[in-house]
Amino acid sequence: MSAARRETLLWFAQRASAAVLALCVVVHLITIVYAVRGGLSAAEILGRAHGSGGWIAFYALFVLAVSVHAPIGLRAIAIEWLGWRGASRDWVVLAMAAALAIAGLRAAWAVFA
Amino acid sequence: MKRADDRRFPHNTASRIPRSPMSTLEVHVWRGGASGEFRRYEVPRQEHQTVLDVVTFIQRRLDPGLAYRFACRVGMCGSCAMTVNGVARWTCRTHVSKVARNGGLEIAPLRNLPVIRDLVCDMREFFDKWARARGQFAPTKTRRDEFATVLPSSAARREADAAIECIGCAVCYSSCDVVAWNPNYLGPAALNRAWTLVNDVRDGARGERLEALAGDAGCHACHTHMSCTERCPKRLAPTASIAGLKRATLAAVLKGEL
Repeated sequence: MSAARRETLLWFAQRASAAVLALCVVVHLITIVYAVRGGLSAAEILGRAHGSGGWIAFYALFVLAVSVHAPIGLRAIAIEWLGWRGASRDWVVLAMAAALAIAGLRAAWAVFA
Repeated sequence: MKRADDRRFPHNTASRIPRSPMSTLEVHVWRGGASGEFRRYEVPRQEHQTVLDVVTFIQRRLDPGLAYRFACRVGMCGSCAMTVNGVARWTCRTHVSKVARNGGLEIAPLRNLPVIRDLVCDMREFFDKWARARGQFAPTKTRRDEFATVLPSSAARREADAAIECIGCAVCYSSCDVVAWNPNYLGPAALNRAWTLVNDVRDGARGERLEALAGDAGCHACHTHMSCTERCPKRLAPTASIAGLKRATLAAVLKGEL
């Protein structure tokens, strides 16, 4: 894949994931405020989220969007702040993406299951 | 009593500028190369005085060794850009009254370019990047062909028109944080130039151009800080041109052309 094609696709992936995140963050914050103001206990929250297909689908999407968006940003920061480019940087960034996805999906699953 | 100039040019205000200075301006000017220091000068303050007038006064009356560039003095050539009180500006069209701070000026060379001496920067990298972004027109016709018809109202021509008046002063390049962080970044001026050619229906190098400007130091490296658009003395919007290039490269990828 040419550098131009790769950079263009990465740019698009970051922009598209940003659009998803904009929606997800708003829903997430509203959920937090609702839960806190409503005085729900941890047990009650877990009770509602447990086994909820909508809940796991939403947070899985949220986690995947983060896993795409954040590492691409870190990749740009690596160039600008550290002058680090090339395959080694891309592998490290890919590992970060995998770590974010695994940790996030694991947490979402733990609440769902 | 009227002067001769007033009779010939009744609207000429220049002849009414008082000859005696209004006050004194304290000016600190960068002297040296990459390392050096600011030197202090006192310059008589005049009505309607530009920053370039101040620098010229210093060089002609106070310190002949001061190196600086200028040519047209009317905002056309793009050669007199400097950093004035921390902001890149075209000095020939910048009035002292607009930028003086506590009756003083600090004048330095442009940021993001190597300093040759005093206020003169090495512009080679800046213009080499125009070439790297394929800023050259690639004709598709010969002199024996008919003239191309380009409607001024066509969408592509209007996009090109909005970006075409760049004078190559490097104010945008000097103001760009991404250039400071990533010296390979092509910069706003080169990308703005490329955008005018991407919208030129007579040009035959669109594919090569998009390939050249979408690498990891190309249009996608822009953070949309908009410093270039904020500072451009011609009031162009390189940020909008770069956004156009991002869309154009994505469209090319989706069509399998990139």
